[in-house]
Amino acid sequence: MTAEIKPIHQNGMVDVQNVRKIYRRDSQEITVLNGIDAQVAEGGFFALMGPSGSGKTTLLNLIAGIDRPTSGKVFVAGTDVSQLSEGRLAGWRSVNIGFIFQFYNLIPVLTATENVQLPLLLTRLSKKERRERALMALNIVGLTDRADHYPRQLSGGQEQRVAIARAIVTDPKVLVADEPTGDLDSKSAHEILDLFDALNNDLKKTIVMVTHDPRAAARAKICRHLDKGVMIDSEERELKDGVR
Amino acid sequence: MALPISYNIRNLLVRWRVSLLAIGGVALVVGVFVVLTAMASGFRIALRSTGRTDNAIVVRKGSTSEIISEISRENAAVIMLDPRVARDSDGRPLASPEILTFLNLPRKLDRVLVNVAVRGVAPAAFKVRGGVRLVTGRLFRPGLLEVVVGRRTRDRFGLNIDMPLKIRKSNWNVVGIFESEGSSFESEVWADLQTLAEPIRRTQDYQSIVLRLTDPGSLQELTSALESNPGWQVEVKQERRYYEDQSGSVTASLMGLTLFVSIIMGVGAVFAAMNTMYAIVSARTCEIGTLRAMGFSRSAVLISFITESILLSGVGGLLGCLLALPINTITSATNSVNFAELAFAFHTTPLALSIGLIFAMIMGVFGGLLPALRAARLPITSALREI
Repeated sequence: MTAEIKPIHQNGMVDVQNVRKIYRRDSQEITVLNGIDAQVAEGGFFALMGPSGSGKTTLLNLIAGIDRPTSGKVFVAGTDVSQLSEGRLAGWRSVNIGFIFQFYNLIPVLTATENVQLPLLLTRLSKKERRERALMALNIVGLTDRADHYPRQLSGGQEQRVAIARAIVTDPKVLVADEPTGDLDSKSAHEILDLFDALNNDLKKTIVMVTHDPRAAARAKICRHLDKGVMIDSEERELKDGVR
Repeated sequence: MALPISYNIRNLLVRWRVSLLAIGGVALVVGVFVVLTAMASGFRIALRSTGRTDNAIVVRKGSTSEIISEISRENAAVIMLDPRVARDSDGRPLASPEILTFLNLPRKLDRVLVNVAVRGVAPAAFKVRGGVRLVTGRLFRPGLLEVVVGRRTRDRFGLNIDMPLKIRKSNWNVVGIFESEGSSFESEVWADLQTLAEPIRRTQDYQSIVLRLTDPGSLQELTSALESNPGWQVEVKQERRYYEDQSGSVTASLMGLTLFVSIIMGVGAVFAAMNTMYAIVSARTCEIGTLRAMGFSRSAVLISFITESILLSGVGGLLGCLLALPINTITSATNSVNFAELAFAFHTTPLALSIGLIFAMIMGVFGGLLPALRAARLPITSALREI
């Protein structure tokens, strides 16, 4: 029997409480995250920086519900995701999380619209409704004219915009982005970050982003640094309009 | 919710070289299976359509074939007068006493000498044996060295009307071609019973008697009556059953060969399909991670990859069936239990084609299962790292 999971002691949209993540390889234990606490308010834009191997992506994966902490709690949108079963977690992700990857991760054999429609296959929407929703999402990212193009026919920036459209099409509560500008030239990166701003400010999407790029981190309302599995600062910057 | 099938189809099209290899492998297995089944089925049909259910055949007790049977003419005369034997409009018994010998003839295709059965029949044979009719020419005349040739014998040995045929040192003439609804008689040469009896020294006996029954239900009665006479030492069977039994061992051997070859090749094809699917899974590891991250369940991924494998093998199966279909136009031959060549047409049945397709699907399921399980079990975080 599965116990009912109640959102207790939760602060904000994302609340990471004393999380540890240990990987075991043979007899060796590798501590990737060591007692992490972090909160992101609803509508927040949280950037996570740090050197390679510091545990940024692991923390992002825990928040996104595609990995489990060894100990501690991860509350997202009112649910302790560390307690959900594999099956329920998949369902939970389809409703609550939108993924944006460094290399876009579009399905090469599907057109832009079809890629954007993929998460909607997990909903009860009709085929027509799915296409309408996908076109709407593509409109938000400014790619309506590329709806029937395949990923290979798009530039890197356009591919990432399709990926963003795919991430927002189900209207998830949290967008998780892993190095979203890492594979882009500076102009495209700038456009993508503008889009993130719009999603955060206009659509009030909560964004959790891992990045190496200081320009990307500068767009976030909160930026934290991780090193060797530990948060090494508590710098929080309330960004004001025009300060970028 | 499952992934759309168009996703699988496009993936197969994109990786068309790998897909074609797997399709070719499955097509080959299914093709061979259908061809071998068509051979067995054609052979069975040739013998099954030989003989009628309302005829009985009488041979010497213990004879495994007509060629080693003999029934004296005196006994035969009494047997043919049995009240359970039907009579024609003139009151004569519908009974066909027959004798059999061989001719050694070179095959048209490769000039190899093979045995051809020559059957001596009485005029009543054409009434008793149903479905035998002349296609061209005329019937042999009693007393003259004339024969009619079955359609398949004509095709395989190039025997045509007016061609000479040497039977035991005397020259006979082909005067007609007959067919018999695909039965084994089409692989024979027929001559007049009395005319043939002399050169083959069968003037004192016959080798079999075919009797038309007044009522097919009376077979059991007739069998008991004839077989219980110790002086006759005969065996009675329903005519169709008799020929079917003769086909049994050859058909069973052919079906055994079909099964053996198909299983061996099938195992190979399963490994080929598995290899292809592993390659496909490896190439799409990151895609799998992305789909799982989006919320697609393990079972959706599993079903998707098995579907893809079944699609591959299904197309292979269809191709195999299509490649095997032209085999229907081919005629082959084997030795019958009478030691004469029995020609038969390959016969692909809807059942064999369906089994071939199901066989292909099963290969697809087995070939796709392990790679699909691997795809479904991949931890999302590991899969996403594979770019």
